[in-house]
Amino acid sequence: MGEGGRMKNGPFLDVSNLNKQFGGVRAVDSVSFELQQGEILGVIGPNGSGKTTLVNLITGFIKPGSGRVSYQGKEITGWMPYKIADIGIARTFQMVKPFYQLPAFKNLIIPLYSPRVKRLAGGKYGDRDAIAIDLLEEVGFERDSFVPFKVASVLPHGYLKRMELAKCIALRPDLIILDELFSGLSMAEVASIIPVIEKLMAEGKTIIMIEHRLRELFRITNRVIVLNFGRKIAEGVPKEVMESDEVKKAYLGLEAE
Amino acid sequence: MKLRKERVDRGIKARTEDIFALLSFREMIYLLAPRVVPILILLILTLALGPYWQKVLVSTAVFALLALSWDLLVSTGMVSLGQALFFGVGSYIAGFLNHSFHLSPFLTIPIATIGGGTVCTILLLPVLRLRGIYFAMVTLALPLMLVRVIEATKILGGTEGISGLASLPSPKVELYFSLLAALAVLFIFRRLINTDYGLVLRGIRDNDRSVMSGGINIYWYKAQALWMASAVGAFAGALMTHTYMFVGMPVFELDYSIIPIAAAVVGGMGTFAGSLLGAFILVPLSEILRGVGGLRIVIFGLFLVIFTVALPEGIFHYIQRKYHQFERWVKVEE
Repeated sequence: MGEGGRMKNGPFLDVSNLNKQFGGVRAVDSVSFELQQGEILGVIGPNGSGKTTLVNLITGFIKPGSGRVSYQGKEITGWMPYKIADIGIARTFQMVKPFYQLPAFKNLIIPLYSPRVKRLAGGKYGDRDAIAIDLLEEVGFERDSFVPFKVASVLPHGYLKRMELAKCIALRPDLIILDELFSGLSMAEVASIIPVIEKLMAEGKTIIMIEHRLRELFRITNRVIVLNFGRKIAEGVPKEVMESDEVKKAYLGLEAE
Repeated sequence: MKLRKERVDRGIKARTEDIFALLSFREMIYLLAPRVVPILILLILTLALGPYWQKVLVSTAVFALLALSWDLLVSTGMVSLGQALFFGVGSYIAGFLNHSFHLSPFLTIPIATIGGGTVCTILLLPVLRLRGIYFAMVTLALPLMLVRVIEATKILGGTEGISGLASLPSPKVELYFSLLAALAVLFIFRRLINTDYGLVLRGIRDNDRSVMSGGINIYWYKAQALWMASAVGAFAGALMTHTYMFVGMPVFELDYSIIPIAAAVVGGMGTFAGSLLGAFILVPLSEILRGVGGLRIVIFGLFLVIFTVALPEGIFHYIQRKYHQFERWVKVEE
């Protein structure tokens, strides 16, 4: 449904040899991977392994030291974040920072006010408030009990996370990057989000999920990459990847050779 | 037994934030009073005061415009320490056009507003990416630099300034024009900040990363806000030029940067009405203190300190809360 419906030959997202150094620390160290359209990829790794930095590099919030990112055959390395969002890459943030004093649906206005949404809707924004309420309902805000109209400050963390996801969907993206969407949520809350993600997959969206919650992640993805100290140490089917020695070492906290 | 202060919304406020049906005359008064009463007071003041205090009222309106302009910038996450830049540029454009081309104030003021806004926006465009104190430092430095440029190159009248400029047709026109302008800007800004457009501006202040990931070019929006704010500042400058029939280096003075900030802080930031209120307290106060002599600035400063310590939220926020809510002590279950 997005602009990028036409698939060029080659991968949907191509990350090659990405590097980023903070002082002496190699936060992301020669990471490469490819992603096909409609695929869902998990990115896992211990704390501080460079997962969020990788997201920031892809979405333009940090400029890479070297390496390149191409999206639908177009090189987007070093672009400004809003340009990257504009061509259809949406992301969530690990830390939710909503407008606490505004009603939930007003929190979705910003992406709904973007040039991209206007373009995709044929040059008209439409009724932004109504669209926002529909989107919130889609991610599980009960309209009948007026949850979308509640002020964000009274909503539980689970709702705020879902609101973050709705913000992402509001942009009508083709690639969605979810940065630890499940962190801080109860099993029940996670269970309520998974159908939303499955629906996005069914719509043909391409998704990258950064996650610590492996059990839940493995339910929805069949390919993961593992980062440790900024390097990609494994890639493949979750079960096989978790069997690999290097991954076990990383997760058990042993010194990686 | 512990007691806790409970705040309860009253009247219309409790029912909804922005859509309401007026059920009685009382409710209509409840809504209208805060808007009409200050305007009435202002009207009475303009009729009751003598020529000197009418001039003070004009300069109050000018500072109010600068404070409103500052408040809009802050609402977009840009802290300006150089309102004098907007003020000075507007003053000089109006003065130059009137002196060299003999344009009437009714032409120079609009040209100075639009032109001044554009010039200041272009000057600050390169630093739009800076945030917080870095942006503030640049805005502080620019007016100080411009005044030295005028001094050194002797352009635009140099240290002498340009005098003998046209004034507005009559003191009455001057007075009502400046007050109406301040009220109009207040009204427009208050409307603007609550639209979806204003929401984007506030989003940039609170979380610019989130706004960027929403596919919105924050620098374009910041430039627009900067243009609006500097146009208002330049308008204030042009107005002052024609009030004093003179423009010179003092227009870049620190006063024009600091008093608007003080007004916005004393009045309450982010509401615009607070900035206006602050200006209407501080500027007349500083006039009254003129009689005190040397200690004027000390007393003025002391007043600022007392206000910021006693009412850090600002007068307007305080009044607004008292008006919309009543407070009562309730027992807390242990």
